[in-house]
Amino acid sequence: MKLLKLVPDDTNIKFLKLRIPFFVVSIILIAGSWAAVLTQGLNFGVDFAGGQEVRLTFEQREQAPIPSLRELVEGLGYGEPVVQEFGGPKSVSIRVPLPEGAEETPGAATEIGNKVIAAIVKQYPDARKDGNDTVSGKVAGEFRNQAILALLAAMAAVAVYIWVRFEWQFGVGALFALFHDVSLTLGMFALTQMEFGLQIVAAILAIIGYSLNDTIVVYDRIRENLKKFRKMPLAELLDLSVNETLARTIMTSLTLFVALIPLLVFGPPSLFGMVAAITVGLFIGTYSSIYMAGPLLIWMGVTSTSFVPTENAADRQERIARGEA
Amino acid sequence: MLEFPLWKKLWLWGLTLAFAALSLPSLFSVSGLDWPSALPDPEVNLGLDLAGGSHLLLEAKAADIRAQRLENMEENVRQLMRNAKPRIRIGDVSTGDGRLSFMLDSPADIDRARGLLEPVMQGANLTREWDLSVVDGQRVVLTPTQSGIDAALDNAMESATEVVRRRIDELGTREPTIIRQGDTRIVVQVPGLEDPAALKSLLGKTAQLEFKLVDLNALPSDVQAGIAPPGSEIVPYAPGTPGAGTAIAVRRLGGIRGDNLTDAQAGKDPKTNESVVNIAFDSQGGAKFAKLTRENVGKPFAIILDGQVLSAPNINEPILGGRAQISGSFNAQSANELAIALNSGALPVPLQVIEERTVGPDLGADSIRKGLIAMAIGSLAVIVLMIATYGRFGIYATIALVFNVAMLLGLMAGLNTTLTLPGIAGFVITIGAAVDANVLINERIREERKRGRKVVAAVETGYREASRAIWDANLTNFIAGVALFAFGSGPVKGFAVVLVIGLFTSVFTGVTLTRMWVAGWLRKARPNDIAI
Repeated sequence: MKLLKLVPDDTNIKFLKLRIPFFVVSIILIAGSWAAVLTQGLNFGVDFAGGQEVRLTFEQREQAPIPSLRELVEGLGYGEPVVQEFGGPKSVSIRVPLPEGAEETPGAATEIGNKVIAAIVKQYPDARKDGNDTVSGKVAGEFRNQAILALLAAMAAVAVYIWVRFEWQFGVGALFALFHDVSLTLGMFALTQMEFGLQIVAAILAIIGYSLNDTIVVYDRIRENLKKFRKMPLAELLDLSVNETLARTIMTSLTLFVALIPLLVFGPPSLFGMVAAITVGLFIGTYSSIYMAGPLLIWMGVTSTSFVPTENAADRQERIARGEA
Repeated sequence: MLEFPLWKKLWLWGLTLAFAALSLPSLFSVSGLDWPSALPDPEVNLGLDLAGGSHLLLEAKAADIRAQRLENMEENVRQLMRNAKPRIRIGDVSTGDGRLSFMLDSPADIDRARGLLEPVMQGANLTREWDLSVVDGQRVVLTPTQSGIDAALDNAMESATEVVRRRIDELGTREPTIIRQGDTRIVVQVPGLEDPAALKSLLGKTAQLEFKLVDLNALPSDVQAGIAPPGSEIVPYAPGTPGAGTAIAVRRLGGIRGDNLTDAQAGKDPKTNESVVNIAFDSQGGAKFAKLTRENVGKPFAIILDGQVLSAPNINEPILGGRAQISGSFNAQSANELAIALNSGALPVPLQVIEERTVGPDLGADSIRKGLIAMAIGSLAVIVLMIATYGRFGIYATIALVFNVAMLLGLMAGLNTTLTLPGIAGFVITIGAAVDANVLINERIREERKRGRKVVAAVETGYREASRAIWDANLTNFIAGVALFAFGSGPVKGFAVVLVIGLFTSVFTGVTLTRMWVAGWLRKARPNDIAI
């Protein structure tokens, strides 16, 4: 049987030849992402914005009647509602701000939710109530803090691990690659204005994990080659390492990709945002392992001596005793 | 590496099959089959987002507990000083900025006062709950210690959790989960409950019932202006009662709390046909109630629920039997709710709902079905890709993947973890990513073969060299998984659980098991060349 070869044998693509243009592009993308986050803002869902969110599915329709829903809910007079598609054309999420003093009168918020649902079901009897979330401003604020903390802690922890297992340059390189991945994912959510909630943060944490997979595989090979080819120029060595691991990189991204696509297409609508984030993050992460994590090593001056075991005191004494230099 | 002694093979197969077997009850139940009832049935729990139901996050106001504690202490102090022989006269009692302070009329009493207060300042286990200091030789200041406050809060939360549990049980809902979270919070999850309005209205009631004497000396104009005479407080009438919108002044201390109830029943007043709640005191409460009513015949007393006056009837005669009737514009339902609340005991602290999530039951079933379809297609795609690329080694990876999924599900059932909607995504990701270990190994074997190593040496090097990267990659993923677990609420935790357990099972199946199979084949077939 002839086996499939996705990547031809002995590729010798000069990835790092274009490292400066690519790096500049990456920096622009990072800056652009943050600009988008700051100017457009993230479309926070109920988890982070607080408020009252109702989710409905219109089973009998091709498309949920979003404009008329918006009008209908607006007419109820609970403030500006956010009505948007949720994971698929048939499902919507409707978010209304919590009323003044809702923290003190626990029943008030749910009552609003129930009234919104009742008004919609009256006009659209085929609407199916999928869920109803009430998150107070206090809890939403805590979720925001937790999310930021979790992202920072995860990035810091893995960077330290890589620093310990490899060298500090590798830790910095990995950290920068992760920063790139997180930034671009956030940028994507700012541009598309897809709802940003707890699940998306979970997706970003998963992306951090898988982007690191790639980075580590490349780094591991770099370390191996640094010991093997002491005299090889670093850029060439990085290219060699990336090429040697290219088949694996493509194959792993591909297996994860083919597993995710059905989930994106046939999976539950409420997972769409999360799975979309991971799918896009998969490509961003693969790219950053090659074009961010690698070139940074050159600029931070990794050399073949980085992994030569430093001699301990006893060896040194012995060497001096033998009269060697 | 070809050496796999029998004991090692048996041990690996035993472990694999044991964990995989744990997944069978869950698989039976997904496919609608009956699991033999004679066998143990660890099953994966479904999260609320899959099973449908309500999730409430309740928070207690710590400030209320502190205020309550000060008030109790004040009453304690007054009683101790009054009952001292000879009586110790005090004045200018205040509970400002979280401390209780009072003046002794005579500085000579200071040591006696200190001696009397000493026992009430100790908590259980001889911890000091209050600090006493004397200012200007005459003013006593009692400051609660941090450990005292913490203990009181912990106590209050402990009994609040218990009260919440009793109230939910009274509603007859099935299998609720009620757990304390952090210092001041309680999580309540009730599967299958779609409309938690009744539950919330029940939990929103503190059900703190008080009987206090009406202060007849208060000027009506002062009361309406909200000014309380010394020693009294202004309490509004509850909405819906005849006095709604107005307020009365009641004596702050010397009343009775509803803590000593043995029973509360909703009923009808035979004369007026009005809905009422009949309550019965225990012997201690009954005695207190008898004393209060005996000493105050002809005077009105207010029945106060959660800081609102229900009614303020006159005491026509002493009530000695320990039974009383509460009226106050109830309907049958609200009388019943109050009876349930009183029976389950008062909440030691008011609780607020700060997060609420409900999920309809159809959505969950729909999500599981769609998730399973996606998982099946995804797995098939991964398997085709692996076998097409690595041939026999891809088949080994595929079998490993099947065991991986079974072990992951089995471990989740065995560890009694919960599968949530993001957890389904976690499963799919695990399927896609688990084969990474095999990809790494197989690519390395390919490479080593190209470099001209013999089959066995190439396989050996492939496993050895790839292991390092696999180890590093999984450990960093584990770190990210821990951050994920520490972060966020139930559904996201469910995602983390699947990913983290999946890391362990995928390394075990992808590396250890395939190595055993590959070794077995190499020993038997002794091939000179391998297709990879």
